[in-house]
Amino acid sequence: MRAVIAEDSVLLRVGLVKVLEMGGFQVVAEAGDATALLAAVERHRPELALVDVRMPPSFTDEGVRAALEIRRSRPGTAVVLLSQYVEERYAADLLSADTSGVGYLLKQRVADVTEFVETVRRVAGGGTALDPQVVAQLLLRRSNDPLERLTPRERDVLALMAEGHSNTGIAESLTISESAVAKHINNIFAKLDLPVADTGHRRVLAVLRFLGTSRS
Amino acid sequence: MRRDVGFLATGVLPHLALVPVWAWAWTFADRTGQWIPALLVAAPLVVLGAPLLTAAQRARHRVLLGVDVAPTAPTAADRTSWAAAARRLPGRLSAAQTWRRVGYHLLLGPLLAAAESLVLTAAAAGLAGATSYGWAWAVPAQARQSRLGYAAQLPCYTLGGLLLLGALPWLAGAAARGESRAAAALLGPGRSERLRRLQQRVDHLAESRTGLIEAVDAERRRIERDLHDGTQQRLVSLAVNLGLVLATTPDLPDGARAAVAEAHLEAKQAIAELNDLVRGLHPAVLEDRGLDAALSGLAARLPLPVRLRVELDARVPPGVESVAYFVVSEALANVIKHAGATRTEVTVRQVGALLRVNVTDDGLGGADPSAGTGLGGLAKRVGAVDGAFHVSSPVGGPTTVTAELPCAR
Repeated sequence: MRAVIAEDSVLLRVGLVKVLEMGGFQVVAEAGDATALLAAVERHRPELALVDVRMPPSFTDEGVRAALEIRRSRPGTAVVLLSQYVEERYAADLLSADTSGVGYLLKQRVADVTEFVETVRRVAGGGTALDPQVVAQLLLRRSNDPLERLTPRERDVLALMAEGHSNTGIAESLTISESAVAKHINNIFAKLDLPVADTGHRRVLAVLRFLGTSRS
Repeated sequence: MRRDVGFLATGVLPHLALVPVWAWAWTFADRTGQWIPALLVAAPLVVLGAPLLTAAQRARHRVLLGVDVAPTAPTAADRTSWAAAARRLPGRLSAAQTWRRVGYHLLLGPLLAAAESLVLTAAAAGLAGATSYGWAWAVPAQARQSRLGYAAQLPCYTLGGLLLLGALPWLAGAAARGESRAAAALLGPGRSERLRRLQQRVDHLAESRTGLIEAVDAERRRIERDLHDGTQQRLVSLAVNLGLVLATTPDLPDGARAAVAEAHLEAKQAIAELNDLVRGLHPAVLEDRGLDAALSGLAARLPLPVRLRVELDARVPPGVESVAYFVVSEALANVIKHAGATRTEVTVRQVGALLRVNVTDDGLGGADPSAGTGLGGLAKRVGAVDGAFHVSSPVGGPTTVTAELPCAR
């Protein structure tokens, strides 16, 4: 699979290239800022863009805006945002547009090379991956919303869903059976009032609802 | 006492300086009946003489008494040019301070001179009386006997002289103090002038304080940027490379693998610690998305539940945002360190022109802002923007930290 990398720190960019290449990706372009990233995406039409949130010129949220722009102009491109600190607000921005093929992770997760490569592959395959830090925060915050109705175990399951794990992955992490996971997920859907008809997207909707609660 | 007497002695002549002027004008007018020429000669002498005498009095107070009579109008502007000074002349003539000055030299001057002379005379008389026995010896014995009433009067002179000399420090001090008070009142700035100057000083202080706060804020941002662009990226890069070694070289000897894994772990922990530290300085998201976003990110990294409510219609000024963020971040850090709480609640809401920040926990209580915890620093940081800071923390809890920050644009 072809990937572009946008990261203004040269040192880290070299490391990211190595990690992606180890994971079987072909890095077709490297960019140091959002403008170069958008140009590279237009030119190379990659399957994946790995984007630093904070880049020149203003060093705030260029990466988030560039990611939204890529999702708009080339919806087929999976985007993984990397950041020194993950902010739930940026995650909400990113996922409010479309939840498939997006990821938002702390930079230090790259260091766990094998897991990182797996996560990126999942996103490139249309999955969602949120950093556990964002997920943890979303579960902690603000009460009196539908999430309050979930049991602690259901919250665990929802968090793992938001991080992008499959039922099998969730069952493994929580050391429960897959059927128990399925049962929990159905309870979550019911408690969050998600329509039964939309089976294909309910998983995504649950994550969205989860994020939606953080938006004031 | 010697200082006071010297001060009084030098006052007699300058205080009497204008007496010949008005004495001449008075007698001239009285004799000839021509008031207008008398005024035409006397008035300019008084008007020109007053500033000179004022300068002389100011120097006298400063040198001999160590008292600074504050100058009146800003003097730097006075010296710019003659033309400018002439333009200001009508204004200066009509100014109250000009008349207070002239009054001081013209009317009060002779009275002060009289008082000074009185004290000096008392000093001379006291000295003469106290030493009357010495004087008496110089007089021929016969005159001494018949005129002075040697036995009866000399002891009285001596006693009187000693009493006078004893009272002299008090007399001289009172006269000197009275005079410097009169000088300060009439030669120094008037009430409105003093208020205006005080206001200027307050304005200046407020301005320089704002400048200082902004400079500190800018410095925090610079440090945050430097660490973010430098150290953090290097550490991440290091951790990534160590991770690559672990992932790509399965045939590492066991010892080497353990060492690399250890280094990998250390690097990741260093990144986490540095992240916490740097984010506490000034998170980029605060600048970018405001308090709500920054505080929710802050709450995310706490090991206990935080209920956060931010009710703001619009962004508040960056300086206020920065202080509010700092208050919440420090207060929550204190909660983690000391309170033993199970949950905390943070509310930020705008009440009129105030931003009210509230951090409550259900911990042990008994927090003391003066006990050198972070609370003292918080109170100072809030005070620097004219905010109010309050801690309520009875033993047994709950602890509530409140900051009210003025946030009118």
